[in-house]
Amino acid sequence: MKIVVCIKQVPNTTEIKINPETGTLIRDGVESIMNPDDKGGLEEALLLKDKYGAEITVISMGLPQADDILREALAMGADKAILLTDRKLGGADTLATSSALAAAIKQLDFDLVITGRQAIDGDTAQVGPQIAEHLDLPQVTYVENIEFDGKKTFKVKKATEEGYQLLKANAPLVVTVLATANKPRYMSVKGIVEVYHKEVEMWGFDKLHISEDKIGKKGSPTTVFKSFSRGAKAPGEMFEVGPEEAVGIIVSKLKEKYII
Amino acid sequence: MNFDLTKEQALFQQMVREFSEKEVKPLAAEIDEEERFPIETVQKMAKIGLMGIPVPVEYGGAGGNNIMYTIAVEEISKFCATTGVALSAHTSLCIAPLLENGTEEQKKKYVPKLASGEWLGAFGLTEPNAGTDAALQQTMAVEDGDNYILNGTKIFITNAGYASVYIIFAMTDKAQGNRGISAFIVEKDMPGFSIGKKEKKMGIRGSATCELIFENCIVPKENLLGKINKGFKIAMKTLDGGRIGIASQALGIAQGAMDETVKYTKERKQFGRSIAKFQNTQFQLADLETKIQASRLLVRLAAFKKDQKLPFSSEAAMCKLYAAETAMEMTTKAVQFHGGYGYTREYPVERMMRDAKITEIYEGTSEVQRMVIAASLLK
Repeated sequence: MKIVVCIKQVPNTTEIKINPETGTLIRDGVESIMNPDDKGGLEEALLLKDKYGAEITVISMGLPQADDILREALAMGADKAILLTDRKLGGADTLATSSALAAAIKQLDFDLVITGRQAIDGDTAQVGPQIAEHLDLPQVTYVENIEFDGKKTFKVKKATEEGYQLLKANAPLVVTVLATANKPRYMSVKGIVEVYHKEVEMWGFDKLHISEDKIGKKGSPTTVFKSFSRGAKAPGEMFEVGPEEAVGIIVSKLKEKYII
Repeated sequence: MNFDLTKEQALFQQMVREFSEKEVKPLAAEIDEEERFPIETVQKMAKIGLMGIPVPVEYGGAGGNNIMYTIAVEEISKFCATTGVALSAHTSLCIAPLLENGTEEQKKKYVPKLASGEWLGAFGLTEPNAGTDAALQQTMAVEDGDNYILNGTKIFITNAGYASVYIIFAMTDKAQGNRGISAFIVEKDMPGFSIGKKEKKMGIRGSATCELIFENCIVPKENLLGKINKGFKIAMKTLDGGRIGIASQALGIAQGAMDETVKYTKERKQFGRSIAKFQNTQFQLADLETKIQASRLLVRLAAFKKDQKLPFSSEAAMCKLYAAETAMEMTTKAVQFHGGYGYTREYPVERMMRDAKITEIYEGTSEVQRMVIAASLLK
């Protein structure tokens, strides 16, 4: 089985600072990490590899320093890494990003494409589904578990607001995975020792065979009108009680606020 | 000259930090309170390769180096010195002498299982009457056909009971004093070998520290480690390496106590401001931070020299001496900064202070380190 996993380097903070003039993220001084949902996606791929055997290619689009998370993925057990990096790819919104990623993935041999549900810096949850559309492939989003029949069919557990859907889908397929799907493994010591002797392929614009107006700023119909930090919410109150006592508490709280 | 970690070492540090935060920290208070060996953590460490960091890949290790090993012991000991010493004793006191003195057959038989963490390792030199004066060994090994028969008792043995392999020292020629000591590889199931009483300790209370009893213990001749009567040198060289591990443990304890103290002094308000705003706090913390950083540089220097196969005995003694005394000072002051709270088990600095003390004692007391440093200086 061949799996492609898309991963993104994101700032490790829930309090992202935004440049008020440009509306973009200030990344200086903020530690960068592999996006948690993407790490969950990578772990799902590694679990499939443990069980059924697979070759895993991780792919990211970003600045040259995104090399760090690709090396981390290799040290966790991925087999191959590709970084799409080019000035022409800069300033991309989700559409331009998914166009570039899809153009790269198209050149690879795969049965399954995994992305994280969404990135903690943008929270759009758009790139995965858009990749599926560009590649004209079936997609399952919000996935918590993937099983494989050993031939071509995947059994996928999709989280919904009400519970779960168990779906069957044939390869090739795109799924977007939740960070809650699993507990990602640690990099192995041996993996770390070997990882800087491995190659991370750098792909520029020329390698993508895509029209320039589909990528980067030119290929991005989104314009940021205004960015702002949401005001802090007061902490909630936690009550660990039985259902009967809970009813009483809820009713009295609603009365307190004159809702009932 | 370059003081930066390599990219590989930095990535390794990132991994061990995350591992320590998520797997080691949550258990630290509990295993101390219950005096329980953290076997589940050791198994998790084994799974990712931490039990064989500086072991060549051909012997089933990760192919890393001693700098990485010191980073691991430091990061783990920031939260739990018990877990730190389990790793240190296993790597420095059991795997290292096997790699350095073992025959090819011995290395092939023992190292891969130790490096994978399937087996835990230990080391037995200390006896009731042979502590700092290790040459006063009373454990005897007598030749008997294809075997040696060991009789005697070892005390204060780290990882005892949980270890499968023990590097044991015994007199093979009493008349020769320290030139009559030999080293043996003893497996836990060898007939006549048993584990004695478990010590109740001030600190590192989760660490399994027990007596080892040899009653006509039969050890096959092929388990002699190194040459006959050359065991004392093996013991001393092994302890040189072990000191780098213990220095890393002490460094971790000091850094852990510093991290707690920085957090606490910024939060704790007295007389209308955080206690971090007082110059008394600032000057004391500045001195301690300097000592911690100096300890780290000494640790890395010793590890670097060991990796480069250069003599490192004196550097190992210096880093152990300095890091241990810094750990004791840092943790004592950390408790003081925490005031009454620091004296309770609600805060980790109380445990850290108890844990720090042993680093000035085991694998050579601070006095022994001074002897080693002075001997090298005045030779």
